[in-house]
Amino acid sequence: MLTLAFYLLVAALFPLAIGTEPPLLARIGPGVIWVGALLAAFLSLPSLFSTDFADGTLEQMVLSPHPIAGWVCGKVAAHWLSSGLPLTLLAPLLGLQYGLPTDVLAMLVAALALGTPILSLLGGACAALALGARGGGMLLALLALPLFVPVLVFGAGAAEAQSAGLSAAPHLSLLGAGLILAAMATPFAIGTALRIALD
Amino acid sequence: MNWFYFSSPSTFFGLAGRLAPIFFALAAVLAAVGLYVGFFVAPTDATQGESYRIIFLHVPAAWMSMFLYFILACYGTMSLVFNSRLAAMMARSIAPTGALFTFIALWSGAFWGRPTWGTYWVWDARLTSELVLLFLYFGYIALANAFDDPRRGDRASALLAIIGIVNLPIIYFSVYWWNTLHQGSSVKLTGTTMHVTMFTGMILMAFACWMYAIGASLTRCRTLILEREGRTRWVRALQKSA
Repeated sequence: MLTLAFYLLVAALFPLAIGTEPPLLARIGPGVIWVGALLAAFLSLPSLFSTDFADGTLEQMVLSPHPIAGWVCGKVAAHWLSSGLPLTLLAPLLGLQYGLPTDVLAMLVAALALGTPILSLLGGACAALALGARGGGMLLALLALPLFVPVLVFGAGAAEAQSAGLSAAPHLSLLGAGLILAAMATPFAIGTALRIALD
Repeated sequence: MNWFYFSSPSTFFGLAGRLAPIFFALAAVLAAVGLYVGFFVAPTDATQGESYRIIFLHVPAAWMSMFLYFILACYGTMSLVFNSRLAAMMARSIAPTGALFTFIALWSGAFWGRPTWGTYWVWDARLTSELVLLFLYFGYIALANAFDDPRRGDRASALLAIIGIVNLPIIYFSVYWWNTLHQGSSVKLTGTTMHVTMFTGMILMAFACWMYAIGASLTRCRTLILEREGRTRWVRALQKSA
């Protein structure tokens, strides 16, 4: 819930800061919604593994005979269900407030649905790497946000192409490819990072 | 022949001490020749005038920024797979030089952009991805130093370096994928569209930067070895003899 409130507030700050002319808002809408989603997804990352790390649950999970990647997938899926999915579902409402046309809204939701799982996967890897490090939150921002950039570029690009009357298919294809790649590689990377954290 | 002879920090310390001055000397000679060719031999560019001469620093720095990240990730992989201390120390030693070259590429690019494009900065694909590379280097350095146990920092940062390598193809191909302000590459495997002396100057400077990067990394690695191995017998013997 806090994630959603944060998301709505970020989106509400932009019209206050840069003016409320409808053409301007429609122009920046997709980008603002994407940046808001990215920051909101980032906000809940520090707590992804830290409580389990502190109370020893993580150690039990790593020691258990079941593959660690499976348990990691569950954690990442939980993160996406509690941040990425609500952000995606809320995006049309914000898009309407920014005056986006219906086809752009649909494209924005499609791009967010493909892109936010990548954010959860990459962010999970960064959260696992930063476990037990000094300067937690700021360090995590320095690790995660540069890795989020390609997702942001292609995600906002899809809605932008749609509103410019071009095909958004290449952007969505790249996002889909990124999602497949991230889903295949990052659970193992997160598992390795957790093992490093517990050494 | 024992291939792993120099993988022990104590033997590598001596080897790096002997090699580093050679690489620095090579860098100085190549840079002197390269700058001479660049400033006095190479002709003025037909479209960009004299301002193009910054390529003799800009292009080699940009090449090195990407190449060093690749080498950094290779050493990171070696340190994770073989659990080798020296590979981890080499990865850490390369990172500041890589960040330096990334910064030089961005900075010199801004000064090149002002007279030729009319602006210091645009949010162009290649410029932005190079800026992201700088933050990847910063993130790597910050993560490597964020743990009390240096070996944990080694392993966590090695994994980060491997994850971050997905950014490299994006930078490299950005001038082909997006048709934005940054000009396309003038140098290809099949030949170059540049005047031959311009190309010579640039290649000489690229080798100078390369030699400097090796020399600086070896020197930094020696410092790291002394810091990490401070309690071992050979370092104490070294201190006594010094």
